[in-house]
Amino acid sequence: MKSCVIVFPGSNCDRDVAVAIEASSGTAPLMVWHGETALPACDLIVLPGGFSYGDYLRSGAMAARAPIMRAVLAKAASGTPVLGLCNGFQIMTEAGMLPGALMRNAGLKFICRDVFLKVENTDNIFNRRYASGQVVRFPISHHDGNYFTDAATLDRLESTGRIAFRYCAPDGAVNASANPNGSLNNIAGILNAAGNVLGMMPHPERLIAPELGGSDGRAMFDALASLLQCA
Amino acid sequence: MKARIHITLKKGVLDPQGKAIANALSHLGFDGVEEVRQGKYIEIDLADGDKAQARAKLDAMCAQLLANTVIENYTVELQA
Amino acid sequence: MRVSVTPEIVAAHGLKPDEYAHILRVLNREPNLTELGIFSAMWNEHCSYKSSRVWLRTMPTTGPQVVCGPGENAGVVDIGDGQVAIFKMESHNHPSFIEPYQGAATGVGGIMRDVFTMGARPVANLNALRFGAPDHARTRHLVYGVVAGIGGYGNCIGVPTVGGEVNFDAGYNGNILVNAMCIGIADASKVFYSTASGIGNPVVYVGSKTGRDGIHGASMASAEFDENSEEKRPTVQVGDPFTEKLLLEACLELMAGDAVIAIQDMGAAGLTCSAVEMASKGGLGLLLDLDKVPCREAGMTAYEMMLSESQERMLMVLHPDRTDAARAIFERWELDFAIVGETTDTGRFIIRHQGETVADLPVDVLAEQAPVYQRPWTPTPPAPYLPAKEIPDTDDLGATLARLMGGPHLASRRWIWEQYDHMVMGDTIQRPGGDAAVVRVHNSRKGIAATTDVTPRYCAAAPKEGGKQAIAEAFRNLCAVGAKPLAVTDCLNFGNPERPEIMGQFVGCIEGISEACIALDMPIVSGNVSLYNETSGVAIPPTPAIGAIGLLADVDKMATVAFKQDGDEIFVIGETQGHLGQSLYAREIAGRKDGAPPPVDLAAERRNGDFIRSQIIAGNVAAAHDISDGGLLVAIAEMALAGGLGCMLSLPRNAGPRHGFLFGEDQARYIACVSPQKAQAMIAAAQEKNVPVTRFGSVAGRDIVLDGKLVHSVAGLRSAHENWFPAYMEG
Repeated sequence: MKSCVIVFPGSNCDRDVAVAIEASSGTAPLMVWHGETALPACDLIVLPGGFSYGDYLRSGAMAARAPIMRAVLAKAASGTPVLGLCNGFQIMTEAGMLPGALMRNAGLKFICRDVFLKVENTDNIFNRRYASGQVVRFPISHHDGNYFTDAATLDRLESTGRIAFRYCAPDGAVNASANPNGSLNNIAGILNAAGNVLGMMPHPERLIAPELGGSDGRAMFDALASLLQCA
Repeated sequence: MKARIHITLKKGVLDPQGKAIANALSHLGFDGVEEVRQGKYIEIDLADGDKAQARAKLDAMCAQLLANTVIENYTVELQA
Repeated sequence: MRVSVTPEIVAAHGLKPDEYAHILRVLNREPNLTELGIFSAMWNEHCSYKSSRVWLRTMPTTGPQVVCGPGENAGVVDIGDGQVAIFKMESHNHPSFIEPYQGAATGVGGIMRDVFTMGARPVANLNALRFGAPDHARTRHLVYGVVAGIGGYGNCIGVPTVGGEVNFDAGYNGNILVNAMCIGIADASKVFYSTASGIGNPVVYVGSKTGRDGIHGASMASAEFDENSEEKRPTVQVGDPFTEKLLLEACLELMAGDAVIAIQDMGAAGLTCSAVEMASKGGLGLLLDLDKVPCREAGMTAYEMMLSESQERMLMVLHPDRTDAARAIFERWELDFAIVGETTDTGRFIIRHQGETVADLPVDVLAEQAPVYQRPWTPTPPAPYLPAKEIPDTDDLGATLARLMGGPHLASRRWIWEQYDHMVMGDTIQRPGGDAAVVRVHNSRKGIAATTDVTPRYCAAAPKEGGKQAIAEAFRNLCAVGAKPLAVTDCLNFGNPERPEIMGQFVGCIEGISEACIALDMPIVSGNVSLYNETSGVAIPPTPAIGAIGLLADVDKMATVAFKQDGDEIFVIGETQGHLGQSLYAREIAGRKDGAPPPVDLAAERRNGDFIRSQIIAGNVAAAHDISDGGLLVAIAEMALAGGLGCMLSLPRNAGPRHGFLFGEDQARYIACVSPQKAQAMIAAAQEKNVPVTRFGSVAGRDIVLDGKLVHSVAGLRSAHENWFPAYMEG
């Protein structure tokens, strides 16, 4: 698999996701500097977590205007899978790749802990190794993960199956007490209309081996690796 | 030319920081605070001499970067 | 502007009349204001250690594992395979009291710079925090700001904050302590030091621009002769973690090559201290041209530039023919890069500004002739032994346990550590909440264990015993996860050393720490001293915070505190005498603050610690936990909470007074959970090593049960334990 991880000034989960990709695919991704203007032919693009530009102004706002983003948008439009994790998701919404915005957590504090997620949509290249309705445990680690969008967009996302993950209780119940940050409808991750762009606040790349405390995240990178290797 | 830009959350968008400020004010004994909405204030010094051009440029800055128009409104105030 | 130096100005710079007389003597003239500021920065307590130096020299700092001890930016220890761990802890107490968010944030930023200045990539942050009483008016605000500041900086730069400790005590009402520790990993062949060499080599400034941040000492004096005093008032230092992240990556990229001769972080009195230290260590002179220094504000004076504490800056001496390549790296990271001077053979520190020489001082006098004081001291009067029989037993064991576990001393710190990204970098093997944090050395099976410890109430009652105990507890926390303790960094927080009784606390603690470091083979490789932590004559409790690291050869052979499964047998390792003096039980339940702390038997510590570690590595131990604050029953409860499992306990026949056995804080003890199949092997090994082992029960059910009677449900204890902190912070 040929993959690219975009590195913005202030990205800090770029190495973590590169480790996860290499663990599943056997091939290290190409790290692409934000100042580049072109991307090589590749099967997967990742916008990693971190604090691009210090999260100054708004999380992801300045990275969304970086030179490389034009190329990322073009690849996404032509169907290349693009995965945005945490700050990557924030960059995606700021760049208009996905609808809505990630606002300050309802509790106003940074939160780093494992959360349970209900896998909603498995009919996409990212989630096909999970069962529909499966409960998985991923960490979150963010200050601005409170998903917001207008009512019409929310309806459209819900009715077209574009919710990828929702925060839930360990038994899968989706309720207010399982919502760590105030996201509308407990949304943790969403897809674009074509299904090749996934943005999510949780960090699957952080739980890919038992010694790290869990391996639920591994299946996402395994799925990407196997699918893209066949392609 | 100096521009003052105010960025505020759109009506209806939840403002947890504003709510927290309102709570803190009432804890401090300030009664009658019905709502608090917080936002950002940005000052920009421009070299441009032409007011209309400057305004157009500042509008573009707000739309493209300074404000997130999904959730935020902005106003631009120009001073000679 | 020429200002003549008056006695008031000298005093405002924190220099004593005899210190100033010494300056006049060595210069053979009056210093100008800039020069006075430079002397005040170099000769203050923080830079010169003038009150503590004679005692610091007595501490053990060597060992086969030590690559570099105190005196550099951080300590360096060998971790095998051609790698080293570089670590240090430092205080940022006063700035955090003034502005908790920025004070704590810049403390974290500063300690990380100390580590990556030496060529290491930071891999873990820890902290040791002391706040005033929970009901003190400022405490909540300070906790909120300090925690947010530590998180704000560490999270942004992307280094996990994996551990720490927090105390609340009225003794810190007027002086909180914020001690930040950072650990980095480097190749042993790529460690960088601060000794300048060569003549005519470029002195290079990189990082952020210089502003009027934190210009201290002189604020009062400078206001008197400046009409723009409002504009120029010194400001709180503000941290910029984004810039530090860029600085980190740029420095490590530069250090991969061979451009760097010497490098020094600009911390307190940044430009002054870093320049003088590099020149002094190399036996050189140094010329600075302040017109080249990148400034954030217009019209800064030489005085301000030399004393500014603006953050995220470094000073380097580079090989002249590598300067252009170095510049390209920093420019790509969008950081300032300026050649601001050169090394000379004159032995003088010469500063030019706007065509004038604004300072011309001998380097060796600044760096090495700082005053050293042999401060008078009086030993702390010994505290009498407090027998258990003088303290009443409890008639409601469950309520007592819940009160301890749900009170400010022992309540879960989850509210704090969930605000820290403790997993970024993908190598956190043991998260916060256990005895020691463990981070894997990237791309290896090795792990670095780390902990911060001290029990100030022990140090106050008996400084020497308290000093020993701080090292012993750090040793135990490392052994309890299966790590071999390697070395120590210390952050010595005390009151005013000019008071003999405070100096007595300092001396006592140092003696205890030194004795324990030798006995437990944990040399001190770095640290700092923070004195004058007192307000209106009330000093903080003596708080020599210890940061210690250990090495695990294989992270799969690691123990955690959580009960693992029903049927596992529970053993107490070490001897229990039921020592209640200075215990949390005595203080919180019985209201007794007198008495001697538990004595520390260093031979027993060594023996029992080596034993538990060997049993963990042998795979005999299902769970392990050091017994410290709160005693045996609290340790059991913590293991039950971590595993979500209960236990059936029975008091041994020779237990002595029940409350002494359950709540005494005797040292050198652990709890080990062992599967029934492995219990015999462990007991035999203990007998062979003369390690006392007492069977105390087994893991069972969902309640803690003692001698057939319910003490507390684990679920009920969990709410008491988890609720205190969030409820307090919302209150």
